[in-house]
Amino acid sequence: MSQNGAAPARVEEVVSPGGLVAYLIHEPMLPIVSIVCQFRGGAGLDPPGRAGLAAMTANLLDEGAGPLDSEAFHRALDDDAINLSIQATRDNWLVSLRTLTPRCQRACQLLRWALTEPRFDEEPVARVRSQMQAAVRRRATDPDYVAGRAWREAAFDGHPYAQPTRGSLESLAAITVDELRALGAGRLCRDGLAIGVSGDITATELAPLLDEVFGELPSAVDLCVPSPVHVRPGLRISPMPIPQSVVHFGLDGIARQDPDFYAALIANYVLGGGGFSSRLLEEIREKRGLAYSVHSRLEVDLAAPLWLGSLATGNEQAALALDLVRQELRRMAAGELDEAELVGAKTYLTGSFPLQLTNNNAVARALAGMRGWGLGRDFLDRYATLIAAVTLEDVRRVAAMLFSRPLVISIAGDPKGIDPSL
Amino acid sequence: MTAPLPNGDLVADGVFHPQTCRLDNGLDVVLVQNHRAAVVAHWLWYRVGTADSPPGKSGLPHFLEHLMFKGTARIPPGQFSKIVARNGGNDNAFTSYDFTAYFQMIAKDRLPLVMEMEADRMTNLRLDDATVYPERDVIIEERRQRVDNDPNSLFFEQLSALQHLHHPYRLPVIGWMHEIESYRREDAEAFYRQWYAPNNAALVVVGDVTMDELHPLAEQHYGGIPARSLPERWRPAEPPQHAERRVVLADPRVRQPSLIRSYLAPSYCSQGAEHAAPLEVLAELLGGGETSRLYRRLVVEQGLAVAAGASYSPTMRDGSTLRLFASPRDSVGLDMLESALDAELERLLRDGVADDELVRTRRRLLAELIYARDSLNTAAHALGATLAIGLTPANLEAWPRRIAAVTTEDLAAAAATVLDRRRSVTGRLLTAAG
Repeated sequence: MSQNGAAPARVEEVVSPGGLVAYLIHEPMLPIVSIVCQFRGGAGLDPPGRAGLAAMTANLLDEGAGPLDSEAFHRALDDDAINLSIQATRDNWLVSLRTLTPRCQRACQLLRWALTEPRFDEEPVARVRSQMQAAVRRRATDPDYVAGRAWREAAFDGHPYAQPTRGSLESLAAITVDELRALGAGRLCRDGLAIGVSGDITATELAPLLDEVFGELPSAVDLCVPSPVHVRPGLRISPMPIPQSVVHFGLDGIARQDPDFYAALIANYVLGGGGFSSRLLEEIREKRGLAYSVHSRLEVDLAAPLWLGSLATGNEQAALALDLVRQELRRMAAGELDEAELVGAKTYLTGSFPLQLTNNNAVARALAGMRGWGLGRDFLDRYATLIAAVTLEDVRRVAAMLFSRPLVISIAGDPKGIDPSL
Repeated sequence: MTAPLPNGDLVADGVFHPQTCRLDNGLDVVLVQNHRAAVVAHWLWYRVGTADSPPGKSGLPHFLEHLMFKGTARIPPGQFSKIVARNGGNDNAFTSYDFTAYFQMIAKDRLPLVMEMEADRMTNLRLDDATVYPERDVIIEERRQRVDNDPNSLFFEQLSALQHLHHPYRLPVIGWMHEIESYRREDAEAFYRQWYAPNNAALVVVGDVTMDELHPLAEQHYGGIPARSLPERWRPAEPPQHAERRVVLADPRVRQPSLIRSYLAPSYCSQGAEHAAPLEVLAELLGGGETSRLYRRLVVEQGLAVAAGASYSPTMRDGSTLRLFASPRDSVGLDMLESALDAELERLLRDGVADDELVRTRRRLLAELIYARDSLNTAAHALGATLAIGLTPANLEAWPRRIAAVTTEDLAAAAATVLDRRRSVTGRLLTAAG
């Protein structure tokens, strides 16, 4: 099965008079326009002791901007049913704007103010700080968060990637308004900006809007990008008085631009990415009933791409479940993988690809990602070919390379029978 | 692109524009065409859920949902999802109080395949001990992961249980642990034979297909399954509540306290259904986002809370609840927060709602409908849930007109009916001292 007979995607490259580029799929079926843009420089660039700066900035960009204070800004969004979301990931800022077509102009004006004239008034700064601190306190009881946090601290001790992207009680308390302005919003620039648009808007209508929204941003700023880093192997246990242990495990992964990325995608599908079709789920859940959820994924953060997995199992079974994870990693590393598994992974990855592109937000996000990674305008059409080109030999070679790498393991809970020296 | 937001146009006509038919065996078939991509969402809904659990077997409908993936004479155990995946599709299922739903999202040319497999497991499920009991262990781990590992979930489970003295809406969807441990294969088989039948199900398809294509496929795959006589769907009715209830969960793990106030409220199916649309507007007005009353007052103006909001689901078969929640800022006590919440509710009861606040809220709800049409699964979910609780697609299609017709008097009447402390439960989640 190839791409299920999907029609070629009608991706247009729109260039504004000011030279900004966006990918667009014009889809007039509903009166909706979705715009997603990605800026370089997310939480991974937070200075030491200021973890959460990018996230706090993101939370404050729509809390008053231009002539509107926080209440007026939110009322403007709500009254015209405009959805604006701004998040900081480790390497990027991700901005999503969704509006009804008749309000597109207004929506773009609000977005421009948020990006170029955020106010950081006293009330919203204090409020957002207290909200983020409350979220820190709330996450402290979430074993999944605790295990993930400890995993990063163990793997990246001393590197910016070890910091919590949403901050700690202390780092959030320390952030000042000057820092929000200079080190937060001051990082936003046109260099590296990737824009995807989907919905009821033509290329001719979009081009001038791009300049209106993004034209006032500085063309480039100095970004202190984190240096590449490898994980430091080890095992960390965070004791919590709970009936179930949450286990996070992971190792050095593969960069998005690496030619072997698609082989790694297939290897991960077989091992833990493929839901009920994955080996980890088969061994740990289906055969033995040890866990409800167990899965793995590839993360492609720039300074440290990762392969990461997690599971949750009763404390008494944690050692057994972890042994099974190691066993499946060894099988992959030894090249145990057959043609049927390869074909199954390929048909899923190519067949399910169009399923993700059925609404405007998802399409705009995919287009922005394509711009950001430099995948080219025809990527949606090339994807199936890229997957099809991967051979069994490729997957075995990449699996052998990846899954023989040293593991970092982090467990939150009260696990029994785990030897901490492993 | 510069016209004003068309308030009137938002109300025009319908939501998803579904086409419907019913097979001779009683299976309802609903189609929403969406030709954006060569993809379909195929959903089968059974009109049975957690509130139909047999006595002493809370959560059994959810256990059966898991077991529906354990095979038939033609599909070996554990293969259902693998076959869907090998054909480039995604699938899953979920259980709620009034219904159980199974769905696949897949390329349009694979629709016959998933219809055949879904119809097959409607009557041909084959269970054996070797697959049933490990799956019971999976449910135990699911309960630990979702509930027992998290004091917030435990708190919410206790509050929901306390809201109903007698009606089975008090049960957790996942089931109580001691009853999960008591499930037998025979329990699941009996429940399956009792409730899984075409005349107790609704098929909802959304995507790149027409009724001329879908109807023959539905006849071919589902039409041959005979209707069954179904048990009466009887549930004990909730007695009138005369005294407010309070629940406090103090746990040393908790670092961020919270407060919930829950009121018994009508749904679109229960007595008092005329209040359901006004309650949807009221919930949005009180707690929908950062311009809502509770957020403005408790979080922004008084600085007492870090979060505040409201929730209300009108699609429940036997009545619903209106829930208000708030989470305090550091150093603010829950007594003070609860007083502030009550003051806001008293203000609503005393002063009512101004016209322009109502108009804004209605418009926001109506605009969300356009966004809802931008997703295959949102349409499938809304239509399936509507059918599963005994309403028709026409009820759902009338939603914009119903919302647009809500008046300030309707809001006042709904508020006066529902916001009575004697019909409420208040829950507090606290850090245990020491």
